[in-house]
Amino acid sequence: MNNPTSQAELVRRSLKRRYRKERRFRLYGMIAVAIALLSLLILFADIIQKGHTGFLKTTITLDVELDGELMYLTDPTDRDEMAMADFTAPILAALKAQFPDVEGRAAERELSRLVGTYAASDLRDLLRAEPGLLGTTQTLEFLAHDTVSVYVKHADNPRYTVRLSDQQKQWVDELQARGVIDTSFNDVLFQNGDSREPANAGILGAIVGSMLTMLVTLVLSFPVGVAAAIYLEEFAPRNRLTDFIEVNINNLAAVPSIIFGLLGLAVFIGAFGMPRSVPVVGGLVLALMTVPTIIISSRAAIKSVPPSIREAAEGIGASRMQVVLHHVLPLAMPGMLTGSIIVMAQALGETAPLLLIGMVAFIVDIPDGLFDAATVLPVQIYLWASSAEQGFIELASAGIMVLLTFMISMNALAIWLRKRLERRW
Amino acid sequence: MQTANLLPLVLILAAVAFWLSFQRSRAVAAPLGGVRHLKALPTHYAARAALWSAIPGLVLLGLWAGFEGKVIHSIVMASLPEGMAPDSAGQASLLFTQISNVARGSLNPDLAPEAVVQAAALLENLREQSRVFKTVLVILVTVLGAAFAWFRVAPHVNARNSVETTLRRIFFVCAAVAVLTTMGIVFSVIFETIRFFGRVPITEFLFGTSWSPQTALRPDQVGADGAFGVIPLFTGTLLISVIALLVAVPTGLLSAIYLSEYAGKRARSVIKPLLELLAGIPTVVYGFFAALTVAPFIRDLAESIGLTASSQSALAAGLVMGIMIIPFVSSLSDDVINAVPQSLRDGSLALGATQSETMKKVIFPAALPGIMGGILLAASRAIGETMIVVMAAGLAANLTANPLESVTTVTVQIATLLVGDQEFNSAKTLSAFALGMLLFIVTLILNVIALKVVRKYREQYE
Repeated sequence: MNNPTSQAELVRRSLKRRYRKERRFRLYGMIAVAIALLSLLILFADIIQKGHTGFLKTTITLDVELDGELMYLTDPTDRDEMAMADFTAPILAALKAQFPDVEGRAAERELSRLVGTYAASDLRDLLRAEPGLLGTTQTLEFLAHDTVSVYVKHADNPRYTVRLSDQQKQWVDELQARGVIDTSFNDVLFQNGDSREPANAGILGAIVGSMLTMLVTLVLSFPVGVAAAIYLEEFAPRNRLTDFIEVNINNLAAVPSIIFGLLGLAVFIGAFGMPRSVPVVGGLVLALMTVPTIIISSRAAIKSVPPSIREAAEGIGASRMQVVLHHVLPLAMPGMLTGSIIVMAQALGETAPLLLIGMVAFIVDIPDGLFDAATVLPVQIYLWASSAEQGFIELASAGIMVLLTFMISMNALAIWLRKRLERRW
Repeated sequence: MQTANLLPLVLILAAVAFWLSFQRSRAVAAPLGGVRHLKALPTHYAARAALWSAIPGLVLLGLWAGFEGKVIHSIVMASLPEGMAPDSAGQASLLFTQISNVARGSLNPDLAPEAVVQAAALLENLREQSRVFKTVLVILVTVLGAAFAWFRVAPHVNARNSVETTLRRIFFVCAAVAVLTTMGIVFSVIFETIRFFGRVPITEFLFGTSWSPQTALRPDQVGADGAFGVIPLFTGTLLISVIALLVAVPTGLLSAIYLSEYAGKRARSVIKPLLELLAGIPTVVYGFFAALTVAPFIRDLAESIGLTASSQSALAAGLVMGIMIIPFVSSLSDDVINAVPQSLRDGSLALGATQSETMKKVIFPAALPGIMGGILLAASRAIGETMIVVMAAGLAANLTANPLESVTTVTVQIATLLVGDQEFNSAKTLSAFALGMLLFIVTLILNVIALKVVRKYREQYE
């Protein structure tokens, strides 16, 4: 027999060991949570760090003399003359006014490359809209060339290469000192569609495309999902067919989203001959994808309505359909709505199926209808992120920030609605 | 009228039918001494009229919109003279684009061949006719349905039964949409897959170790057939998924345990929504993060310790995918752990076990089947994930197990083969559908097993 003191000692020692293990296990848990939260933090920090400059545009403000002789233009209302006129000349002249000692063709060409590619066509649009400006001097704001923009915003960022000559850099520095070149809030981002030039590219087209697509998705999937949930919870007999439907719903909720893209490609575009790249087809595909999830969340909402409500309604002679439509559905509606908002937020970020149905096209115009070629926000981000042009990276990150803002506000709305409308029985 | 305008019109007509029948049922009831002498409530008569006008109108409209394009297309193509008839599907589509461009006015008719101009005129004509017929027929059907219901408003007709039966059938059809979707998926991949196997033997597809789906521009080109062996794609998918699960399963499981057993109420109420936020981030954002931040970081890190890593390493894609799946694993494990009865917990604690011992020796074994089911679901997620790998993994099909090398996956290949313009009927395009079929089958099997395991586990403790 061991003596009692050593036995107590043994127990104490084993207890010590066990508590150490307990603390270690607890630490593992904390580390796991920390890893998850840290990843989230790094992800957000990285995107903000990459993308905050996307909300800035670089502009050059010049006093442009709209000299008719210089442009070979006498009458801005004449279409042929407008087509032939030289709109770069007055801009170059205005730039040369900043640097009077610039001589020679090569130097002039370098100087003229400080303003963006679309400066001349902006000037043309201005004259077309207001022909009376011909012959006057106007203070005009142009978007700077993309290379200038990279230099101004990212001169000391090693990830960017500045493609300016030393002479051009000197000019830009000087113009910045004079206040001619400046950065301001990038309103272009929220006014334009896609463009080949990062400075002129915007996400408005993609936002409108996303809205149209989501509209189709919501209009189709919410009623169908709710109706299916009502059937399965309230009317479905317990038989093989019902079981089969349930198995299908649960499986579809876990099918990879790209498979729905194949479905859309083969059925809507292939069999029905619908056009590619249009919000209707995108909305249809996303609707098929979201219906199972909406059914599942709506069923949960219906289940949470207590049976006493049903019994009371039936007790005063309501038919099964009246019980459901007059009592169960209104009480379950808040839950269904919040569930659907969350599902819609997920659908808003969905990319893969839309790639397959051709929503990756390069689309400059803002779509103005359900049958108009469009792209959506996540696809636009994908397109920009895989673009070789370095200026698009910050736009992609800025787009991500806009997308995340939409998603987080939708989720916040759902949480707020749940808190407000939730009913405890 | 356009479909987009007809749709609201049908709904408005149905609303009018509703109102008229409502009025009529009250008028019919008035001489009898009030609505209680009717077999059904006025709203039932009204709802019946709305249903009888809207349903036929909407069905007709849907069918018309679905088949209009196809029918017009085939009539126009059939009208072309002998010599113009295209010999491949690709040419046919080009020709039809030309015709519709002429019809739309965006292509100068002087530049197009005579037959195309004629076909364009026919196309325009047919479209106009179709528009007129569609508008007339849809409105007619809607109004007839409404009129029929309106005349059948009578005290002895029980409108409630018919409304309720119709509604129940509509609900059933909505529930059946899930089955139709599954069927749609199967049918949309199966035909192309069968055609693909007509060109590439199924054994070569399943057991071939080389994948390079380029097709020839000229028939006599060297290496014209391409190679369609799916093994490198599957090992690539597996490699990335295993990395993702190695990240996600321990992290997700341990955070679920920490949150359900150790964390205080305050901490939980903060951490849980943050984890859910991680789940809500779109995959394209993760793809961006993987391709532009994690992959270069891993490449530089590997270089600094003397290893060579591809700038599209499997490790980068796998790590980020793992982060994406963490909340998925943790919420599933959380459910499962919470489903273990309190009595087991109490029993273990009463015997003097510490919390971690209770967790490891009692709750975890009891919850294991459920957790396994959750992991299977997570694996199916990882295999089917597209955007992260499209953006961060490579295109070259390397048969390797080195996580620093670039691999490609099934989903990457489907996406790259089908994005943009495709050659119709080429083995390259068809192979994407065969890959889709394979992906569908594999994820289906994983899902079925996982759902079965989870359900069985739940029943055990209910």
